Amino acid sequence: MARKVLGLAAAEQLSLLRIAILGLISVVAIGSRLYSVIRFESIIHEFDPWFNFRTTKYLVNNGFDSFWNWFDETAWYPLGRVVGGTVYPGIMVTSATIYNALHFLNIPVDIRNVCVFLAPVFSAFTAIATYHMGKEVKNATAGLLAAAFIGVAPGYISRGLRSSCSCSPSSCGCGRCGLGSALYAALTAVFYFYMVSAWGGYVFIINLIPLHVFALLAMGRYSNRLYVSYSTFYVLGTLASMQIPFVGFQPTRTSEHMAALGTFGLLQLVAFAHFARTLVPQHHFQVLLRGAVVSLFVVGLGGLWTGRFYSLWDTGYAKIHIPIIASVSEHQPTPWPNFFFDLNFLIWLLPAGIFFSFRELTDNHVFLILYSIFAAYFAGVMVRLILTLTPIRTYLNVKDVEAAGSEAEAVPVAKTEAVAGVPAAEQISVSKSGKKGKGKKSEKTEEPAKSEPAPSSKPATAPGDERWNEELVVMANFLYLLFMFQWHCSWVTSNAYSSPSVVLASRSPDGSQHIIDDFREAYYWLRQNTKPDAKVLSWWDYGYQLAGMADRTTLVDNNTWNNTHIATVGKILASDEDTAYELARRHDVDYVLVVFGGMLGYSGDDINKFLWMIRIAQGVYPDDVEENAFFTGRGQYSIGDDASPTMKRSLMHKLSYYRFSSVMGGQGMDRVRRQPLPTEVTVDNFEEAFTSENWMVRIYKVKDLDNLGRSHHKVADFVGRP
Amino acid sequence: MSGSSAAEIVSKLAADYIDETPQKLKLIDSYMVFCVVTGLVQFLYCVLVGTFPYNAFLAGFGSAVACFVFAANLRIKNQPKERRPVLGLASRVPAFAEFVFCHILLHFVVANFLG
Repeated sequence: MARKVLGLAAAEQLSLLRIAILGLISVVAIGSRLYSVIRFESIIHEFDPWFNFRTTKYLVNNGFDSFWNWFDETAWYPLGRVVGGTVYPGIMVTSATIYNALHFLNIPVDIRNVCVFLAPVFSAFTAIATYHMGKEVKNATAGLLAAAFIGVAPGYISRGLRSSCSCSPSSCGCGRCGLGSALYAALTAVFYFYMVSAWGGYVFIINLIPLHVFALLAMGRYSNRLYVSYSTFYVLGTLASMQIPFVGFQPTRTSEHMAALGTFGLLQLVAFAHFARTLVPQHHFQVLLRGAVVSLFVVGLGGLWTGRFYSLWDTGYAKIHIPIIASVSEHQPTPWPNFFFDLNFLIWLLPAGIFFSFRELTDNHVFLILYSIFAAYFAGVMVRLILTLTPIRTYLNVKDVEAAGSEAEAVPVAKTEAVAGVPAAEQISVSKSGKKGKGKKSEKTEEPAKSEPAPSSKPATAPGDERWNEELVVMANFLYLLFMFQWHCSWVTSNAYSSPSVVLASRSPDGSQHIIDDFREAYYWLRQNTKPDAKVLSWWDYGYQLAGMADRTTLVDNNTWNNTHIATVGKILASDEDTAYELARRHDVDYVLVVFGGMLGYSGDDINKFLWMIRIAQGVYPDDVEENAFFTGRGQYSIGDDASPTMKRSLMHKLSYYRFSSVMGGQGMDRVRRQPLPTEVTVDNFEEAFTSENWMVRIYKVKDLDNLGRSHHKVADFVGRP
Repeated sequence: MSGSSAAEIVSKLAADYIDETPQKLKLIDSYMVFCVVTGLVQFLYCVLVGTFPYNAFLAGFGSAVACFVFAANLRIKNQPKERRPVLGLASRVPAFAEFVFCHILLHFVVANFLG
């Protein structure tokens, strides 16, 4: 079997194959994220990225210094927002760097395209980082399998770039403990810095790594390697993270970071105790130190937890105390089907993976176990955190697949891996890019052939017929699972995670696709037909899009840093027309924008979000807004003629249903709520300015005061209503 | 633990240290002591006078702590053979090179943080 192929020795062939497979995985990881770009066009689809896009544009146009000092007076009117100090600049800086580099090479790309394709490209890096972590934990083949999993796992696709950033430090974090090298620890700190600069989820890592170290200490597994890697990482990483203005001095002040600090101190003391013990072999010191140190750690942990993080521990906390957090759908507890939907068979192999990690309890495996347990818990609490779970799932499942091989006993671990690794990669390449897959297949078939010698040499001890059968059964099972996994992932990605929220698609009965582009229609109308300094009031979900697409001043946006201001907007929308008019004029509002899905059956509209607005407003203005008043006498959330008087009087209700029955007719139904429409809706203080094609976006102008000082109701009575 | 036994332990420790430690390590140790003293002085200043330029304090204190840690790393890797831990991949990189690399990184950050 040791013959040469392409003039390469066996080991060289192996590394060539690994590189080829890894390359293919990267291609697939990129490809599977491009469904929406291909189906629709290269635009930014979600809410938050619009802000990244806008800031990147600002960064490219105005340079780094003015970006750092950027005070954005068009957001959070009239408060404004210190963008430089309230942003995680990693993504913007990265895209701006790429943009500038490409332009330096005379490749004229648009900033928008850089932003759109950044996430897919980073997913390829994720796959590579995953490979290295897998390699660290087990070996190269395991790494490949893990990379293949992560490349297509839908749980990761649903959150583009952030996930990739989170992966690198965690992989380094794990590599760290095995290496015990200050150099690697320093590099980990650099990655950690990058992750801090990219999103707030770094808190997860900075708690997990100390926890790992603490667990190792508690297990009596202190080693000098541990000291070297953790101390170096912590010192450098913490100092570096404080360079981000938004993080600032938090690492020394808030309790989220205290565990890391405490562990650092503990580690110093333990290290000193060890050092002392090498000189004086007596246990007095340790006893003394441990007592002091454990109490230190407990004190460090026992601080106050800030709201957003506290809500991680108690699923009900946010709902009770901070409605704004609970109102975000990403913050809801994860429903069970979601786990399976996002992770497929990875989910039920997880416990087995933990089991196998326990059987061979190395330092790295302790990290895996801790990571998986915590990630599983957090993923259960908040939907968005499912992404922290995804990477660890993939590692543990790789272990399963391997372990299943060794359980069958006839199959040495190496072989299962090799065989399992190939179909995973191969199947992707086939399913994704037919052309390329063919070319690679021929290459790939070499690997089983190549890895054959190792297995055949080992089972020479017991190569019985029955064992061969067992081996076949296990292999067939896992092959089937891997194929199903790929199938499922492709399907989920293309169907569930590639439908953008800016552009909607529907299919007419004959199967032709119909694009619903109301959002952009309305935003563009605002851009074209309103004064450049017009203030638009809308619920905060649409703030970033308004700023990005319509380029108009907004009162609140997705940053949600000021709960009171959001509550004020909620109060305006929830109160009756006259109060709302007065408040809106006081806030210089020129236009009010509401999203209405009753015509199309678009369920994510403002009437469905209305309860959250009421709750948030009630949290700040309990005297003016009362949630119960919006329900009917029987406690129903109704919008028709049987709705409660408060509901019918509220601005949101009026702006949504104004003139709607004229389109739907007297017997009309609201297609989202499936309720009959209210028959009479009058709006006097606001003037309908624009309604998009499918009535999804409705924009109203706040009327000026009447010239003769009359109220608008009187004017309407006098002039007559349409 | 009684006072006399503690005193014994300390004196024994000191004696063992002076006898057994190579000159090179003693040099590193004195540097580490210097780092601790620097850090303590800054901390005392912080306690007595106040934290006003907090970033400067953090940068100074952090750099003292970091210097201590890096020196400790250097020391661990320069221990006499019989005590040196198994370091795996790390042993391929010279300890001093790591020391220098970490310091470059550290002072880049610290200088930026001083403001």
